[in-house]
Amino acid sequence: MPTIDGALFDIKKLDQLALGSTAIHRLDPRAKVLATLFFIIAVISFGKYELTALFPFFIFPVFLMTSGSLPVKYIAKKVLVVIPFALIIGIFNPVFDRTVLVHVGSVGISGGWFSWASIMCRAVLSVGSAIILVGVTGFPAICSALERLGVPQTFALQLHFLYRYIFVLTEEGSRMAKARELRTFGSNGKGMKTFAAVIGSLLLRTWQRAERIHMAMLARGFNGDFHTRQLFRFGRKEVSFLLIWTFVFILMRLQNFPRLLGQFVTGLM
Amino acid sequence: MSHHIVEVNNVRHEYADGTVALQGVSFRIHHGESVAIIGANGAGKSTLLLHLNGYLTATSGTIRIGDFPLTKSTLASIRRTVGMVFQDPDDQLFMPTVFDDVAFGPLNLGIPETEVEQLVENALTRVGAEHLMSKPPYHLSGGEKKRVAIATVLSMSPDILVMDEPTSGLDPFARRQLMTLLKDFRHTKIFTSHDLDMVLELCERTIVLHDGEIIADGPTLDIFCDDALLAQCRLEKPLTMQGCMVCGKK
Repeated sequence: MPTIDGALFDIKKLDQLALGSTAIHRLDPRAKVLATLFFIIAVISFGKYELTALFPFFIFPVFLMTSGSLPVKYIAKKVLVVIPFALIIGIFNPVFDRTVLVHVGSVGISGGWFSWASIMCRAVLSVGSAIILVGVTGFPAICSALERLGVPQTFALQLHFLYRYIFVLTEEGSRMAKARELRTFGSNGKGMKTFAAVIGSLLLRTWQRAERIHMAMLARGFNGDFHTRQLFRFGRKEVSFLLIWTFVFILMRLQNFPRLLGQFVTGLM
Repeated sequence: MSHHIVEVNNVRHEYADGTVALQGVSFRIHHGESVAIIGANGAGKSTLLLHLNGYLTATSGTIRIGDFPLTKSTLASIRRTVGMVFQDPDDQLFMPTVFDDVAFGPLNLGIPETEVEQLVENALTRVGAEHLMSKPPYHLSGGEKKRVAIATVLSMSPDILVMDEPTSGLDPFARRQLMTLLKDFRHTKIFTSHDLDMVLELCERTIVLHDGEIIADGPTLDIFCDDALLAQCRLEKPLTMQGCMVCGKK
């Protein structure tokens, strides 16, 4: 059974992966964020029946994963969590869209199946690359990168704080859940009513904590501006990383390589 | 040097809901003194501390830190002078890494980045936490968090160190480590605590709060010998001053 503690442990693991020191880890986060952004834009910009042209795009997440030496199994598990949502989004496509697009032997495959598979493929690609981005960069670094790329500081800060206090909040939540569980017997005390009370008091506690954090910030001279160190350097490595991958994405977006390969092979025969 | 003096004059604080938390508190703490503020839960200790760096404003009465009265215009310099460490280090450490957190104050003060690096290193070395520099705060143990929290104010070179319950939640070893550390500080120190043994060891002077009023202010040892006073304020003699449980000897 998934528990709050387990989920927490999982996030911490992703965090630890981001502490690696491979060449990919050392790249300026902005380069990785931008490349991933371009990648996702390229992937979602395809027509709804496109399937084969998406396959070459797997090269990007695979490249990041291997050069950042992330554990494949762990990342795959993370992606699997999100897949059911994509599955449900496209689940009625085969029912409603029955125009036959391709015949395999005597069996006609309808457009609905294609668009469904396409949605799944895109979900895996975009979610996978986003998770891998966190794994090779670290969430706080991504926030800072976003900020330096022009995202308003308020939003970047929200993300920063969200990530910092996710640990504190979930620990608090899991303590409360435990405390409730230890004093519930049978179905007594498990209902919506106590749940609402627990959530309500968690909200109030969060509120109080926010106030205490604000106090601690004020006590150290906080005056509305958030100063962070500018550690990043967008050097030659970053420029070439970004340029090469953007070029590859554009190329893969404009040319259907699997089809070209198919034509080449059939042309030979 | 007058700039390490804390002078609280007839301060009264009434919360918005009408609760009177402090009713006419006055004291003067001199340069280099180490003072404990003790009292029962709800006696007004935390409210008093929050006045010392201007987070709460007194309903009436005045506060002077060093040469300046505490007003809106002196707030920034007073917050630098008074380094405040809160009870729960999770409230104090909000940045992604220990380094960023210790650098937060100095960067807010407008100190150039190149110098901030040195300040952070010094502060962390001071509390014996330099090896934690690049770690995120949620990977630290309780004792480590506490020491880093102290470093976050040390990096601003405060003259006065104010700590709310410094030893709460620490294991005996971490507590001892922290006390040794605090003993070495030459700052003016103000602590609130229920750890009366720590108070006995670290503070030569103790202020006892009771229902928002100062009911005793004097040498720590004198106060802990006054049984009637302690009982009235829901306090107890420090364990080191009580008789031995095994042999019954004092």
